[in-house]
Amino acid sequence: MRLLTFSGRTAKEILRDPLNIGFGLGFPLILILLLSAIQANIPVSLFEIASLTPGITVFGLSFLTLFSATLIAKDRESALLQRLYTTPLTAADFIFGYTLPILPIAAAQSVVCYIVAVLLGLPLTVTIVYAVLSLLPASVFFIALGLLCGSIFHTKQVGGICGALLTNLTAWLSGVWFDLDLVGGLFKKIAYALPFVHAVELERAMLHADYPAALPHLLWVLGYAVVVTAAAVLLFLRQMREKA
Amino acid sequence: MDAIMTRSLTKRYKDVTAVDGLDLTVRQGELFSLLGVNGAGKTTTIKMLSCLTRPTSGDAFLNGHSITSDTAEIKRMIGVSPQETAVAPNLTVQENLELMCGVHGFSREKRAQKIRELSAQFGLTPILKKRAGKLSGGWQRRVSLAMALISEPEILFLDEPTLGLDVLARSELWDVIRALKGRVTIILTTHYLEEAEALSDHIGIMKDGRLLVLGTADEIKASTGVEKFEDAFIAAVKGELR
Repeated sequence: MRLLTFSGRTAKEILRDPLNIGFGLGFPLILILLLSAIQANIPVSLFEIASLTPGITVFGLSFLTLFSATLIAKDRESALLQRLYTTPLTAADFIFGYTLPILPIAAAQSVVCYIVAVLLGLPLTVTIVYAVLSLLPASVFFIALGLLCGSIFHTKQVGGICGALLTNLTAWLSGVWFDLDLVGGLFKKIAYALPFVHAVELERAMLHADYPAALPHLLWVLGYAVVVTAAAVLLFLRQMREKA
Repeated sequence: MDAIMTRSLTKRYKDVTAVDGLDLTVRQGELFSLLGVNGAGKTTTIKMLSCLTRPTSGDAFLNGHSITSDTAEIKRMIGVSPQETAVAPNLTVQENLELMCGVHGFSREKRAQKIRELSAQFGLTPILKKRAGKLSGGWQRRVSLAMALISEPEILFLDEPTLGLDVLARSELWDVIRALKGRVTIILTTHYLEEAEALSDHIGIMKDGRLLVLGTADEIKASTGVEKFEDAFIAAVKGELR
């Protein structure tokens, strides 16, 4: 009951901010349309709709980090969290209340991207469902990263770190905008040490029903999701004790 | 019966002692004002009493429950209105009130009843559907106070409730607080001495984390040998007690 109430509040705060809708949904859709238009004029295999859509959906998830981190940082600064800490809400209520409501938002964002992709020519098959489901570990990773950043940084810092830095890193290091083999070397090694490109390749493999190829990427993304979630929970609990 | 009893309550931050061996007692239903210059330790005291921060040593008992070992029970019985306005800006006033009812586990019927009651008491009915973040500072304070009261607290902590408000909004808010007297035990911190004098059953004056003087406004004036409460406050803080 308490968790449900707090989760509902989190969802309302995020969905009622027009900037969230604009960036979280509008921006990925514009990118799909724009890059598909480029592909129509100058064919680039990377921008073919079956290859592009998984990249754009993972890129879209990076905005969820911004949403959750901004909300938590604002709550800390406005003393709302302080007030809520004096209520019977438990630490688990706070952590799940901040993270769980963002999962359906992540799913909705991906579904809308795939609807547009189908309209642009992506074949409508059951593998789209598997591809959307395969985004779950990446969604957890990005949402937990938001909990972590919101527990450490202030609103302005969150804007810079999660809004500018993380979204760009996600784009560059996921192989969405350019093939990582074109750069190669250390850049490619760093990219493959991070979860972004694995999240994209996992989704591409699921979309193409290439399940054996998906497994190593799934393990990579799951590992990051678990580690970042554990770190986020620890940091949130620490700030709950100290800041309170 | 005593609503609050502190025993050598102390809070240290590294080399700073914010509250130093505080001993005080507040009776049930009374309005107790904690006064002092900035940095006196008032807010830290309220944070300890409301389980927002743990004391370094000592303890306090709210209706017999320890703030160090029985925090769940304490959180059930208190309401807190922090120094800064603490509302969810993108929620409507009604949703803010519902949020507080929900986190206290109220049934749907009780929620509706409490929201009706508090809306009437604080004059919130015309703005129930407005987003809290769009309201003026005075209205946000009212909503904040209503949020603290909606859980039917036995003890209410008001940390600088009129900070940053204009004269009219302040006066209206004092009327609301006055109306609560006797029904709820209220611990109040404020810099407005006249209002504290007029409203409080007992007053404690703090400086550098220590309680300098404790008594009714008249007792404090008598102990400093002055007629005006403001002069008595200044004398107490300057260490000119008789």
